[in-house]
Amino acid sequence: MNKLSLFGLLGLVIRRDLLLAMRRRADVLTTLVFFVMVVSLFPLGVGPEPDMLRKMAAGVLWVAALLASMLSLPRMFSADYLDGTLEQMMLAPQSLTMMVLGKIIAHWMLSGLPLVLIAPVLGLQFDMSVQALWVLMLALLLGTPVLSMIGAIGAALTLGLRGGGVLVSLLVLPLCIPVLIFGAGAVEAVNSGMDAISNLSLLGAFLLFALVFTPFVAAQALKISME
Amino acid sequence: MQQAFKLAVVDLACERGDLRLFSGLSFELGAGELMQVQGENGSGKTTLLRTLCGFVQPVEGKVLWSGQDIAEWSDTYHEQMCYLGHLNAIKDELSAIENLQMSAGLAGFSVSEQDAIAVLRRMGLRRKEHLPVRVLSQGQRRRVALSRLLVGDSKLWILDEPLTALDVGAVGLMQELIGEHLSNGGMVIFTTHQPLQVAGVQTRQLALS
Repeated sequence: MNKLSLFGLLGLVIRRDLLLAMRRRADVLTTLVFFVMVVSLFPLGVGPEPDMLRKMAAGVLWVAALLASMLSLPRMFSADYLDGTLEQMMLAPQSLTMMVLGKIIAHWMLSGLPLVLIAPVLGLQFDMSVQALWVLMLALLLGTPVLSMIGAIGAALTLGLRGGGVLVSLLVLPLCIPVLIFGAGAVEAVNSGMDAISNLSLLGAFLLFALVFTPFVAAQALKISME
Repeated sequence: MQQAFKLAVVDLACERGDLRLFSGLSFELGAGELMQVQGENGSGKTTLLRTLCGFVQPVEGKVLWSGQDIAEWSDTYHEQMCYLGHLNAIKDELSAIENLQMSAGLAGFSVSEQDAIAVLRRMGLRRKEHLPVRVLSQGQRRRVALSRLLVGDSKLWILDEPLTALDVGAVGLMQELIGEHLSNGGMVIFTTHQPLQVAGVQTRQLALS
């Protein structure tokens, strides 16, 4: 019998969540389809003037990404809560924080990463320049994990509550506003001929900050929810 | 080095909502001992077991494992205990083997496929090892959940209604497994509404009222 190291445990939790998602693909596709639909509706709704579309592209993509990531948040812990797996995770001698981090990473790979990869395709609908598309991807790459991490705290706090899905959006969306501002700001900066580096640096700082604190806070929130 | 393990409950009081379920509860459980918690529905059996796991903080009193408070020394304690609650903690989408390997992984160790298969066969799940748990019956799912007890080397088993949905054969098997565990110096605390007799072991009764 081999003991698992902390990183072995992290890998196991990620592998497990990805495996479960692959056996239940509809859940994963929902987020992506929602994102594509919302973003695609805007050019149809506001008309095909390239100037206006170019101006609003970053904002639309970011808001859609934000809403899409809210969509899958309530599911982050609820399945494990309902079938008792979460109880077993609490009893694990290893750190719950590490398992929560694993679940966050898996959640991001399933709901954030697909958005990052599809965003340039959708950006073309808005006549975005190549440089702006690159910055958009980079900003989303830095920003979407933060959304998953902040979302994990909300999901953990609202676990087992009725109407938790709405509540989690109310809790989490205000906290995600800085990510939205600097994420959309990075693309704006490129469009207006400036350097996006300050916005991207701030997003990177958010990411590091969230990486250090949110798994621990979410783990504590889970412990409260389990009592 | 074989250390003597002991679970001690000192002057424990628990509440659920504002309702005081029990207070002043004290007992000790040593190696090789079997304890059944009895009481009516709602008398606090599950709450007691969840308190022993550390999910619920007691209002008064404390739970000691080898003399150390489990609220402070939860890591060593959790390494040596295994809890099986009302919920099976298994995933419908995964096969019995995958479920067993995953739950062992979450408990901090890895189990090879051969070992997992051997344990599942022992639990009477031959030729069901690779099926998704979704297609198994309630009793078979319970068997998958119970097989978690056999991987790993936990000293203390905390079982909440372990016999739910099990057939006569499986109940017999459970008695056998508990007997083996006790003779290896383990200890078991459980609740059940069905009779459970383990050969050669005196079942201690704890009545909650």
